[in-house]
Amino acid sequence: MVTGYLSVIVLLPLAALVWEAHKGGLSGFWKTITAPEAVAAIELTLVVSVVVALINAIAGTAIAWVLVRDKFAGKSFVNTLIDLPFALPTIVAGLTLLALYGPVSPVGINVAFTRISVVMALLFVTLPFVVRTVQPVLTELDREMEQAAASLGANRFAIFRRVVFPNLLPAILSGVALAFARAVGEFGSVVLISGNLPFKTEVASVYIFSQVESDDPGGAAAVSVLLLVISFIALLAIGAVRRYATRHDAE
Amino acid sequence: MHRIRRVGVILFVGGTLAGAAAAATSGTNLALVAYSTPKSAYSQLIPAFQKTAAGKDVTFSQSYGGSGTQSQLVLRGLKADVAMFSLYPDMQRLVKPGIIAANWNKDKYHGMVTDSVVAFSVRPGNPKHIKSWNDLTKPGVEVITPNPFTSGGARWNVMAAYGAQLKAGKSSKQGYDYLVKLFKNVSVQDKSARESLNTFASGKGDVLIGYENEAIFAKKNGVQLQYIVPSSTILIENPLAAAKSAPSQAKAFVKWLKTPAAQKIWAENGYRPVVPSVLKHAKFSKPAKLFKIGYVGGWNVVSKKWFDRQNGLMLKVEQQAQGG
Amino acid sequence: MPSRYLLRFSALGYLAMLLLIPLGMVFYRAFEHGFSAAWDAVTSPDAVHALWLTLLVTLIAVPLNTVFGITCSLLIVRGHLRGKGILNALVDLPLALSPIVVGLSLLILYGRGGWLGPWLNDHGIQVVFALPGLVLATVFVSLPFVVREVVPVLREIGTEQEQAASTLGASAVQIFRRVTLPAIRWGVVYGIVLTTARCLGEFGAVSVVSGNIEGKTETMTLYVENQYQGFNTSGAYAASVVLALLSVVTLVAMTLFRRKEEI
Repeated sequence: MVTGYLSVIVLLPLAALVWEAHKGGLSGFWKTITAPEAVAAIELTLVVSVVVALINAIAGTAIAWVLVRDKFAGKSFVNTLIDLPFALPTIVAGLTLLALYGPVSPVGINVAFTRISVVMALLFVTLPFVVRTVQPVLTELDREMEQAAASLGANRFAIFRRVVFPNLLPAILSGVALAFARAVGEFGSVVLISGNLPFKTEVASVYIFSQVESDDPGGAAAVSVLLLVISFIALLAIGAVRRYATRHDAE
Repeated sequence: MHRIRRVGVILFVGGTLAGAAAAATSGTNLALVAYSTPKSAYSQLIPAFQKTAAGKDVTFSQSYGGSGTQSQLVLRGLKADVAMFSLYPDMQRLVKPGIIAANWNKDKYHGMVTDSVVAFSVRPGNPKHIKSWNDLTKPGVEVITPNPFTSGGARWNVMAAYGAQLKAGKSSKQGYDYLVKLFKNVSVQDKSARESLNTFASGKGDVLIGYENEAIFAKKNGVQLQYIVPSSTILIENPLAAAKSAPSQAKAFVKWLKTPAAQKIWAENGYRPVVPSVLKHAKFSKPAKLFKIGYVGGWNVVSKKWFDRQNGLMLKVEQQAQGG
Repeated sequence: MPSRYLLRFSALGYLAMLLLIPLGMVFYRAFEHGFSAAWDAVTSPDAVHALWLTLLVTLIAVPLNTVFGITCSLLIVRGHLRGKGILNALVDLPLALSPIVVGLSLLILYGRGGWLGPWLNDHGIQVVFALPGLVLATVFVSLPFVVREVVPVLREIGTEQEQAASTLGASAVQIFRRVTLPAIRWGVVYGIVLTTARCLGEFGAVSVVSGNIEGKTETMTLYVENQYQGFNTSGAYAASVVLALLSVVTLVAMTLFRRKEEI
């Protein structure tokens, strides 16, 4: 039953996709994915997703730290707020970012239709990932080690770097992997604010969309498959790094 | 006993009436698929049609989007009893799969229902003094146009720009170079003409290249802009047809949309009527160097040469312009 | 300790700039022209239909994915089949896929000229550009959530209780109903909340398969985009507020149930 459901819902459409991508043969596939506009879109998507993942690694950890270790009024409200990007439709997110940081911005910040706007939209939708993977680990962390290190004279920075961070790294990497995968495929929040300028601000998902809506579903499928493969490889790589980082835990 | 019978009679009569009412309201539903801009026109045209004898008991479901997009969707199975696109190729593409009859453009208007021209929309007061195509390539001028691969309007824009260069005596190479210069100044490319109008209206850009009818529509809706019809521009011709398998009311609707009564409504919405008598009375400018798509080769040639998704010249233009 | 304050204010400032202020913007813009204008926008027939359609699709997708999710989780954690890793990866796949790609694959499969196109056409069944297409797209993208929440819980609780029940003579169904299900219930509930949120907010995939048919295949998210395109910005924002309110409700539910799940 499970396999039947999965097949109908996921496998069959994907098989159709892959088939369509190869309809032009391997050379057709290659030609499509090396088309300059496609390359530019994929490049932009990957670069921006990496940037976003890195920012999230830092910001997400910092936010998780503040939420776990710090105490201030309204903390539980802020904690709830973190999940907002999960709950809010991407098109609404895009609309509001456009209203706030676009041409009619009330705060005078206008980054709409630039690459910065793409980064911003992606930061919005990927915010919860690192925060939510780091929080539980941070909560469980045994503070004795840190206290021991402190009593041995280590300063706070050293404590973080050598005691806390290695323990957080696997969780951070998990969150980064999720954020990256999410960013690569994101559409709704980016499509309104980025301007979709080919070769400048057109991300892969928008390029695929325009391929679907012009005369080239095969091209769209080809780029989709490529994107899928890249995401897959990235996820595998991050998983490997994570396993390497946790290799000592098994002892 | 009597009460039961009375209730029974009431129910029976009521039921019959309800049934009759239901039958009366279950008329024909026509699926209208169109490109992005005529939506507001149809909000007036459809009720007007429904008041005619042919349009009685006809209801409509409507779908609007970029012309290329919509045409693609119909190919993929989107039901269309009546289809209206921005340009001829988007309709012609539906003939081979048997959705539209091959003789769709054999009436006296060649299958077209409305015309328009490519115009420039600028900010009130025209601060950048934009008058002609040459002003668009000046440094610091931000141009808005949709993406030519999804939007029919964008294709008209490109051909208007190119044709204007040819009209001015330039060679086709110079026309190509002009397009590269023009697209260097393009800062946003939306999916459809309507979306690019939105972008312009939201404050982005100095000049929007687009349909004259869209500029008129925008002004009617309070958008702060003024529009200029350059002296050298292309005549936009919008095709309309009923599907082969559509009910007879679809053909009646198509026919009605070309009657003077309907054409007047089109004119009120900023479209140039195809019926000459109506056009005469409407107040539209007459560009000195107006040309048609035939001047640049006709759509059959242009679609392949410029807008082929793998090899079109427009791809090279985009690439060179954006420095890709 | 000044560094603590620095960290706190940086983190909170980042959140405010990215989340809080934009959210406030939605509400501000929606009610900019007064409450009645916003109310009119949201109660227009198309808007009401869009909301109804969104809720309908969600009401179909969520139970489907819940049943699947629980069954699949049991299979992954307790099952004895080869290729469990592949199953796990497949379930997670929708998270990594762009929703556009999802929509595209459905178009290719069910559209006229697609694999199933001719058969569907012959039987008069319309999948894409109609409700079934919307449901399929939404089910696809919201597939993983219940599984991902239930699997860790199942792993944690182990099989002892169920084995005990089995030795006491309980049938498989009884074990499931009275031992397993109660143990995983908070994972299931949290998974349902996440699935619901995803269904309500789906945009990219339905954008591709909907066909833009106004008042027929327009979900709430598509309605927001169409309003924005039609110069009805206050309408777009009003509809966004409805979605945002639904999101906030979901958010609160998430918070409540996450705590319960973590106990």
